[in-house]
Amino acid sequence: MTSRLTHERSEDSEPSPGPRALLPARRALLKAALGLGLCVPLLDALPAAADDPKSIRPQVGDQFVGDSEGQVIKPNDLPIGGPQRLAYPIDPRTKVVRDGSYFNQVVLVRLDPAQLSEDTRSLAAGGTVAYTVVCTHQGCPVSMWKSDTKNLFCSCHASQFDPRDRAKVVDGPATRRLPMLPLKVVDGVLVVAGEFTGRIGGANPM
Amino acid sequence: MKTPGRLLALVTVLTLALVPVLVTAQSSYTPVTDQRLVNPEPENWLLIRGNYQGWSYSPLDQINSSNVKRLGLVWTSSTGVDSGHQAPPIVNNGVMFVSTPYNQVIALNARTGDQIWRYRRELPEDFKPLHNTNRGVALYGDKVYLASLDCYLVALDAKTGKVAWQKQVENYKTGYYMTLAPLIVKGKVMVGVSGGEFGVRGFVQAFDAETGAPLWKRFTVPGPGEPGHESWSGDTWQRGGASIWLTGSYDPDLNLTFWGTGNASPWFGDQRPGDNLYTSSTIAIDPDTGALKSHFQYQWNESWDWDEPDSPLILDFQKGGRSIKGLVHPARNGYLYMLERSKERIGFVSATAYVKQNVFANIDSTTGRPNYNPERIPRTGKRADFCPSLWGGKDWPNAAYNPKTGRLYMPTNDNHCGFMEGKKQPFVAGKWWTGVDIPDIGFTVDKSATFFGNIQAWDLNAGQRVWSHQFPASMAWGGLLATAGNVVFGGGTNDRYFRAFDATTGQVLWQIRTNSGITAPPVSFSIGGVQYIAVVSGWGVDPEFQEGLLSNLLGWPKEVPTGGVVWVFALAP
Repeated sequence: MTSRLTHERSEDSEPSPGPRALLPARRALLKAALGLGLCVPLLDALPAAADDPKSIRPQVGDQFVGDSEGQVIKPNDLPIGGPQRLAYPIDPRTKVVRDGSYFNQVVLVRLDPAQLSEDTRSLAAGGTVAYTVVCTHQGCPVSMWKSDTKNLFCSCHASQFDPRDRAKVVDGPATRRLPMLPLKVVDGVLVVAGEFTGRIGGANPM
Repeated sequence: MKTPGRLLALVTVLTLALVPVLVTAQSSYTPVTDQRLVNPEPENWLLIRGNYQGWSYSPLDQINSSNVKRLGLVWTSSTGVDSGHQAPPIVNNGVMFVSTPYNQVIALNARTGDQIWRYRRELPEDFKPLHNTNRGVALYGDKVYLASLDCYLVALDAKTGKVAWQKQVENYKTGYYMTLAPLIVKGKVMVGVSGGEFGVRGFVQAFDAETGAPLWKRFTVPGPGEPGHESWSGDTWQRGGASIWLTGSYDPDLNLTFWGTGNASPWFGDQRPGDNLYTSSTIAIDPDTGALKSHFQYQWNESWDWDEPDSPLILDFQKGGRSIKGLVHPARNGYLYMLERSKERIGFVSATAYVKQNVFANIDSTTGRPNYNPERIPRTGKRADFCPSLWGGKDWPNAAYNPKTGRLYMPTNDNHCGFMEGKKQPFVAGKWWTGVDIPDIGFTVDKSATFFGNIQAWDLNAGQRVWSHQFPASMAWGGLLATAGNVVFGGGTNDRYFRAFDATTGQVLWQIRTNSGITAPPVSFSIGGVQYIAVVSGWGVDPEFQEGLLSNLLGWPKEVPTGGVVWVFALAP
């Protein structure tokens, strides 16, 4: 008696975007290269698609824009106490907006720093925090706002996250906090200060 | 040297050892033909509602109201995924097909529960599933058809689960998705699209069952030059909604398919003046050409998110001394509609409220057109309170009809209301666009009410309710199955029970507590002279969201355990 598992994707489909598939490929190539005793510099010969600046994750020093033609975001641009503003990172030198991947989109919320938990404050820029927009339940955008409790609210299944406390799940079906993106302020402008604190994406269904 | 007796024993042993392999290998599969779909065998469940007419009725009567108390569990099987399971098991000569959230399809031996194959769809990384579910597969020829969340029509080989072909129906990035089971008529596979919360323009499209070639496409919101376009102002038709959430029913005599359409988009009627055809309607489409032949609209310029997604049941009923070729639709708006079908039109016969509804001042007795109480219409910048809430008196879970008794059984919800106020929101393709965000959608209940969920039985010829089975502490979110054994089966409650009701009295004759809440419809089939009842238990999507709200309002348990399991029952010996 057999049971078969089939993963199918036909030629008819569009390629899915995103560098997630590429990073493991880079690692695999590195392992292979090292295994063969080849020099690491060989990796510089990887095709440009692997390093597409629009799709790589937020880089330290990136600023933020609300849309690809907008001005870079300063803390004063955000309403104190929410709601969140959706943003993508932008390379300050090349002006490339990293909107090639949905997984690069973040929510920016400006809060009273005194209301932040200590480990939230350590990754915030004053009272401004950044989290992934990608809900940890099934990947929908956490683009809505619960105005009475001042929580981030997912636009699909009503998961709620507390932006003052490292996006802890306070209601709904999500079981994991939203990964946070560390921030700082440089010359009055919000800037990425580190990598996301966790894996971006919904729960693995199987 | 073996004696003849020992040789016989050896042959017998070898044969017995071989038989299990022969039985479980998918060596034969009975192709599904037009004739079988028009006249489905009682032993099988070939269509999601049992027949083209949408009755959700089994002619099998080995299980009946006297012996159903002896119903026992035969096997279970996990689907391995969570979220809301809404598909009935489809059964064809011993092979069961179950589709799941995240777009798996599992083929099982219907008698033993052995898994034969499993198809797993790789959904795009950036896919955002508002309704992560699937309402069933369709069978035709030697293939199994699935409408995917990311808007592909997928044809699988029924024996192996391998993809025979797949066709992109639309681009999921613009807000389109599919949750329905396809409808297959005379070799044409018809699917419709969801996305009425994302400003899409709905449609039904037909594909060739063998090759996947697209054949015709019928928009449910008419464009310039098409009849009904004049019911839209300016460009609002381009994002008008009228999603197709559920499978159409089909009348082979009239050669017409009947579909229910979704809400108008955005949700507030004052942002799109006009009747907004054919939103919140039943429409008749010619399966050969895709021509839209007739329609009946339940609420014009609707403003309550009252989709009318359920396809009407096709049945004949008596009224005023004559037999009427009818269509029956328990509407989201809280009224039970009796309509008349013909080649040219869908005529209004009657509408009777089956839950409390305070939006309609009256309904025109000739046309069926409602007049509204103006204070009950939510508008841009103006809140309005209305009952029932956006989920309506009955949402997508199906009703069931018993042709022997002329009774309709419906899963309904009462004593709940809603309120909304509209905003003008900028349109961004692929983003929620209704005029109100989810946290601002109002939902209230009558805290003094003695029930909320209510299984209702109606005598369609007499035009009145004959019994109610009321749930004091749950809504009723489960599809129903009626059987010739005078039993109605269904789940749908937050206590995870699967119940058998006496079809005459509504009394519970048997029940079992399953792993999760059941929102999918049960089915019945027979193998080797044994009648089975099968249902998938697995809570999620809207019932789960609503339960959270009800927990805050009424203190009901917040969490119903999730996870899909197929349950199969038969009479204990």
